[in-house]
Amino acid sequence: MAVRIGVYICHCGTNIAGKVDIDEVVEFARGLENVSLVKDYKFMCSDPGQALLQKDVEDGLIDRVVVASCSPLMHENTFRKATERGGLNPYLFTMANIREQCSWVHLDGAETTDKAKDLIAAAVRRAFLLEPLTKREVPINPRTLVIGGGIAGIQAALDLAEAGKQVVLVEREPSIGGHMAKFDKTFPTLDCSACILTPRMVSVGQHPNIELMTYSEIEEVGGYVGNFNVTVRKKARYVDEQLCNGCGACWEKCPGTRVPRKGNVHEKLSLGPTTSIYMPFMQAVPAIPVIDAQTCLYLKDDQHKCGLCAKECERDAINYDMEDESVEFEVGNIIIASGFQTFDPSVIKRYGYDRLDNVITALQFEIMNCASGSTGGKIQKADGSEPEAIGIVHCVGSRDENYHEYCSRVCCMYSLKYSHLIKEKTNAEVYQFYIDMRCFGKGYEEFYDRLLTEDVRFVRGKVAEVTDVAMNEAEEGKLIVRVEDTLLGSVRRIPLDMVILSTGLEAHHSLKDVANKCNVSVGSDGFIIEKHPKLGPVATATDGVFLAGACQSPKDIPDTVAQASAASSAVLSMITREKIEIEAATAEVNEDKCSGCKLCNTLCPYLAVKFDEEKGVSVVNEALCKGCGTCVAGCPSGAISAKHFEDRQIFAEIEGIFSGLEYKTVSKPKG
Amino acid sequence: MKYTYYPGCSVTATANLYQESIDTVAPSLGIELEELDDWNCCGATAYMSVRELMSFAISARNLAMAEKFHRDLVTPCSACYLVLNKTNHYFNDYPDMRSKIGKALEAGGLSYSGNVRVRHILDVIVNDVDMEKISSQVTRDLKELRVAPYYGCQIVRPEMGFDDPDEPESMDRLIETLGAETVDYSMKTKCCGASLMGTEEKMALALCRDLLMDAQKKGAHCIVTLCPLCQMNLDIYQPKVNSLFKTDFKIPVIYITQLIGIALGASPAELGMKRLGVKVSGEMKRIIEGA
Repeated sequence: MAVRIGVYICHCGTNIAGKVDIDEVVEFARGLENVSLVKDYKFMCSDPGQALLQKDVEDGLIDRVVVASCSPLMHENTFRKATERGGLNPYLFTMANIREQCSWVHLDGAETTDKAKDLIAAAVRRAFLLEPLTKREVPINPRTLVIGGGIAGIQAALDLAEAGKQVVLVEREPSIGGHMAKFDKTFPTLDCSACILTPRMVSVGQHPNIELMTYSEIEEVGGYVGNFNVTVRKKARYVDEQLCNGCGACWEKCPGTRVPRKGNVHEKLSLGPTTSIYMPFMQAVPAIPVIDAQTCLYLKDDQHKCGLCAKECERDAINYDMEDESVEFEVGNIIIASGFQTFDPSVIKRYGYDRLDNVITALQFEIMNCASGSTGGKIQKADGSEPEAIGIVHCVGSRDENYHEYCSRVCCMYSLKYSHLIKEKTNAEVYQFYIDMRCFGKGYEEFYDRLLTEDVRFVRGKVAEVTDVAMNEAEEGKLIVRVEDTLLGSVRRIPLDMVILSTGLEAHHSLKDVANKCNVSVGSDGFIIEKHPKLGPVATATDGVFLAGACQSPKDIPDTVAQASAASSAVLSMITREKIEIEAATAEVNEDKCSGCKLCNTLCPYLAVKFDEEKGVSVVNEALCKGCGTCVAGCPSGAISAKHFEDRQIFAEIEGIFSGLEYKTVSKPKG
Repeated sequence: MKYTYYPGCSVTATANLYQESIDTVAPSLGIELEELDDWNCCGATAYMSVRELMSFAISARNLAMAEKFHRDLVTPCSACYLVLNKTNHYFNDYPDMRSKIGKALEAGGLSYSGNVRVRHILDVIVNDVDMEKISSQVTRDLKELRVAPYYGCQIVRPEMGFDDPDEPESMDRLIETLGAETVDYSMKTKCCGASLMGTEEKMALALCRDLLMDAQKKGAHCIVTLCPLCQMNLDIYQPKVNSLFKTDFKIPVIYITQLIGIALGASPAELGMKRLGVKVSGEMKRIIEGA
């Protein structure tokens, strides 16, 4: 039976019809081979528009569908479904893009109409060769892996667990809590960070639906959406989690030093004990200590010298022979919530970090303010005295093309918070050296306004240098900040006792590795690229892998929590479906032609092509394949073909484009 | 290691002590310097601001003559280093300037293709010479000697690539290799006043005072530098600084090659030490001679 193609031409209001002569195009399409029906309509994507083609299919008038309208990105799915509702395989439909590729980008005129004709001729030739394809479905494992136990991971895990779904939460540190556990207060409400975080940490630790794996790292992720195989390495803690009750007798007696003391209070960045066996902080979950093998006198270089903690432990929970352990399990979806690290300011030599006493980072100041921190919550100089003037330098590592071009979003606000804390705890003068104040969130601008009345000095300008070189008596023994005050229009030298560097947020050094393992990409800024910057900020290009928190971009706590809940909701929607349709337009290896060179194995960006050692040929995993065609183009033997984009289909399209040479009235190629 | 040597004008006059110390230590370091025949003025930083093309052309003449040797061109002077590099940069990256310079050279029967690498002698010492080779030849114990390493502005800025533009440390490493101690000198790359000493003397003297002050505060016995102009300003004008600001600095300002010579056991005469304005005395003298 002959092929009967229906062509539907969309006006898209005036988007297409304003530039393309629709009547002429309709007339043209009627004259094309195998076309048995041509219709035009104001909006093909509207319900009546869809009904038009659906009915023609139902009535058996056509067995191939071409819609000439917008980009397939917009409405391919819409028309595929309409075709399917009419009773035809959805892959017997194809689209000609006469909007984005034609009317929107060309001027009014005969050439624009001619181009629309070319595109339709191409689509019609392609439609002639289309073949029905069968979509496949795979079941979705309802268990979810959450990578990272900061506030993002905690929120995502709790949301899923509360919905009755199983979660595995993997955290690289010995305790969950992340950066938020190191903060004293949160902006702009100034409520206690620990007070709002620790109840959630405890819920995670106790929840029957959450399997918590701390001090563990992702080793390998295989499989595909709905069916991921995960291998996690549990690092040796040297403390038996079942036996230990967290009493603390072990670290009381430990002679090892994990955090060196150099007589400088700021060296002690730790909130917990600074001994070799330690609890990261008092509210740690799980409340089980861990031994730092690098500094433990027993474990270090296998010296077996000490052994005190084992003697002290009444429950025999210390196990020096413990080794790293690999654990394998299966999940259906993955949420990456692996967080950030702060910028290391020692590379900006001008700011004197690591060289000058009393130049400290924001995180060091944060910990100094914690009641359980190095100074018991007191704001002190390295010599223990109270500072009389403190400067806060904004945008250290952020908004700087030498380091990170992006704005880290949280620094303005935490710097304001510091001003308030300093004013509350000391009599010190506070200087804020800022480029622009960015107080964008709910209640943020109000907080800034409040600080303006709290006698904080705001100096607009990027700090040039922090130096110890005094030029006059007032500067003796001080740190001097040199800055161009751009509102005053002059260079100032401001003597201070302490300088806090508001370091920006950057991608964690291990993020690229985590992203690689989960088969998602990181951008030039180092953060994971989301599926769409506006409409898909939670998903990634890899189905079943979602994002939450600062692994995607710098974020404050409210945005992080919102994204975490969004990610868990996206996962829940996947789980509720129970199964997922998999794209039928995938690549296929002709085993007779395959020479087994494995080139395609390395080319595939989705790791979908694997080598079958037994047969000696490459095989495409259809569940992973996105049909991108990279392997097809790369195969030196021409052994791989892409379903729905076969060579003959593409050549037919090209022929269709060139068929226009016969009828074009203007701009015929010369010579 | 053989290099083409471009001395520059300073080391033939005010900084002849620099040249003497280079002549003394170069053989021990395995550095062979063959002076570029018929070299002329580097183009000079100040002149470059007045007549740019003339300055580039003068500078390029040296590069054109050096090209045929296919060796790095080494200079001990930071200003020459900067200007010759700048000429290379303009010649290679600005086609318009390249053709103008090319024409000027042509008139003198020369041509240049832009391939001479210009290096400072500090770069050569710290990066081409094996540090162990230096430390193994040290015969004087300098561990008590506290040194303020002063790089000046021109050797690392604009970014020349062999050291950090804000906080260089290559000379620090070299000084420590020689067995001396470096102090945490905050003025490493700050301005010495340069040629302002001839036009705005008070301002230049104030800048020198700041440099000397920090060296003294940090407990340095001496300042070690690598630039003829820096050395002259800090050394020769030190008495003027003292009289203007009522200070009492007596800080010897020596060249890095002089310090190498001292560590390697050369005599003060071989290193031109007697030509210093502020003489080595007191504790520094004791450390150097006692060892």
